[in-house]
Amino acid sequence: MIFKLWATIKKDCRVLIRDGIGLSLMFIMPIVLVVVVTDIQNGTFQLINKNKMAVLVCNRDTGESGKQLIAAINKIGLFKVYDLPKNQDAKTIVDSMKDKEALLSVTIPEDFTRKVKAKAKSVSNKAMVSFGLQADSVQKYVGDVSPLTLYYNPVIQEQLRFSVKGGLQSALQIVESRETLRTLYFAINEKPLPEKLEREMLSNKAAINEIPVSKNGSLRAPNAAQHNVPAWTIFAMFFVIMSLGGSVVREKVSGSFVRLKTLPTNFAVGLLSKQITYVTVTVIQAVVIFALGIWGFPLMGLPGLNIPLDVFGLLIVTIICGWCAVSYAICVGVFAESHQQSNGFGAISIVILAAIGGLMVPSFAMDTSLKAVANLSPMHWCLQAYYGLFLEGGKLTDVMQYLIPLVLITLVLQLITFLGLKRKNLI
Amino acid sequence: MVADSELAVNIEDLGFHYPDNGGAIFSGLNLKIKKGERFGLFGPNGAGKTTLLSLMTGLLSADSGTITLLGNDVRKKNKDVNKLIGFVPQDFSYYQELSPVENLEFFGAWSGLNKQQIKTRTDELLHILGLENVRNKQVDKFSGGMKRRVNLAIGVIHNPAILILDEPTVGVDVQTRHAIINYLMELNKKGTTLIYTSHQLSEAEGLCEEVALIDVGKIITQDSLTNLLKEHQQDSLEDLFLNLTGKEYRNDL
Repeated sequence: MIFKLWATIKKDCRVLIRDGIGLSLMFIMPIVLVVVVTDIQNGTFQLINKNKMAVLVCNRDTGESGKQLIAAINKIGLFKVYDLPKNQDAKTIVDSMKDKEALLSVTIPEDFTRKVKAKAKSVSNKAMVSFGLQADSVQKYVGDVSPLTLYYNPVIQEQLRFSVKGGLQSALQIVESRETLRTLYFAINEKPLPEKLEREMLSNKAAINEIPVSKNGSLRAPNAAQHNVPAWTIFAMFFVIMSLGGSVVREKVSGSFVRLKTLPTNFAVGLLSKQITYVTVTVIQAVVIFALGIWGFPLMGLPGLNIPLDVFGLLIVTIICGWCAVSYAICVGVFAESHQQSNGFGAISIVILAAIGGLMVPSFAMDTSLKAVANLSPMHWCLQAYYGLFLEGGKLTDVMQYLIPLVLITLVLQLITFLGLKRKNLI
Repeated sequence: MVADSELAVNIEDLGFHYPDNGGAIFSGLNLKIKKGERFGLFGPNGAGKTTLLSLMTGLLSADSGTITLLGNDVRKKNKDVNKLIGFVPQDFSYYQELSPVENLEFFGAWSGLNKQQIKTRTDELLHILGLENVRNKQVDKFSGGMKRRVNLAIGVIHNPAILILDEPTVGVDVQTRHAIINYLMELNKKGTTLIYTSHQLSEAEGLCEEVALIDVGKIITQDSLTNLLKEHQQDSLEDLFLNLTGKEYRNDL
């Protein structure tokens, strides 16, 4: 039995080694993918936190509030502000965005200061009445402060646009609050608000300490590599379908399966051999991609990957993820009628499983119904288990809750494969 | 009447139908093939030849009746029965990415041979079938004739007592056909029972001593080739075939 298994593993390895396209799809493509995606995500991080986004500001307001707003936008730290002449129309602003390669432009309306002051006066009067310092009188409605106009290039993702909008609103809030404070202070004290006090009142915000919650107490903040490398390693593992699925189909179509059935050996030996061979391949894929993350990424100017402390746990998680990927590939190979079907269905189904499994969009950002669907994707459980180790600093015992559903899905895939082989009279 | 102990294959009252194809393919079919015989099974497309061979090799399971190979019941799914048979399918049913040696190593192991037996038989077969000088080359670069010889070598690596051949010489040149037929005759001389099916009836005339014609799931005649030609007053197996199965087209769906 051991000799038969060994002979079969040798055969599977030889077939695999001679499948150049399959090998490149399993190794080169995922490596390219993990480098590109990490670089893009890291680039987005750099854009926001280090390089700053270029923003063109057309200040049509001649008063103080417009200038204060520009100063506040500068102070946020997200933007590099470029001033535009105040008389520019919308078309010229759009053209300027193209010329200066700015993705954003803000126009401050001409009555901005007047409206801010009017609103501050109105709020101040209401406050005075409320304090009992002034008799109630019918207040004239002054209206809201005229809106700012934000032009943006549609390539900016919604998430980033919301961050920009949040930043602008924060700047507006500072300008409006300052004016209200000044007006109110003057109404009470009949003298201007001292600059020092104003600064203290507006600037002394409580700081926010950011602490990553980890199981091992590590305070190290996860970087783009910690997020991307595990995710795209899983993707690479499931890409064994391009070689293994096709190999199963070839064996079926050529009649090798049929011939094996006439020989005095249980077909389980063949299935076991495929699983041992290709699970080993998935472990090698993981080792190669992790090694690239640890040593290759820093050389490329990307943040390096930090390997979890529980290396044994990492190995077990990798083996179980690989086993699931291999089981899926064999299952598809058994049911596909041709190489084209196996490759086409295999590739598309992996992309879908990756999408619903949270590899492309985090599953916490999905709505409730999609979250339920995510549980059906084996990649979701693989990702949760890897994140438990890589991001939360957990041990094998901490990620068991994710490995159990993954093993169950794998066993279901094996059962479906067995039934498929039976139905097709191949075992 | 032949004693059971002298039979290589004994099929009695065989019934079979494909699950997704309603009607019965065989109903009450009987066939006896003697040990050491060169037996030819012929019939038009869709007659049931391949299905019958699949039932003999255990690839399909009969609905009713019995099939015994050298006294062993095929239906008991005893893998030891498979040691008795060698199967040479019409398709190149092996790994084109591998060399002849690598294919024989793998199929030899699955046939129950140990490492030394595989090595000995591999050297022997590659020599006999003229594949020595390409023993380590990938099979997918081979000509059709060379691929046929590899297909045959895999089927006989474990010295089976019964060798089932489904069109073993289709698409090969005269030299390869000649070599294959000669090798099969050699095997038969050493006691291997040959069960052969083909549409190349002139080739079959030279190889087979006992012949059965099958059509629409029934054995329509079985005897020695000499007796059949004499009985039906035909000059060749092809004439006999057309005489008994008709000249109409057969569409095998």
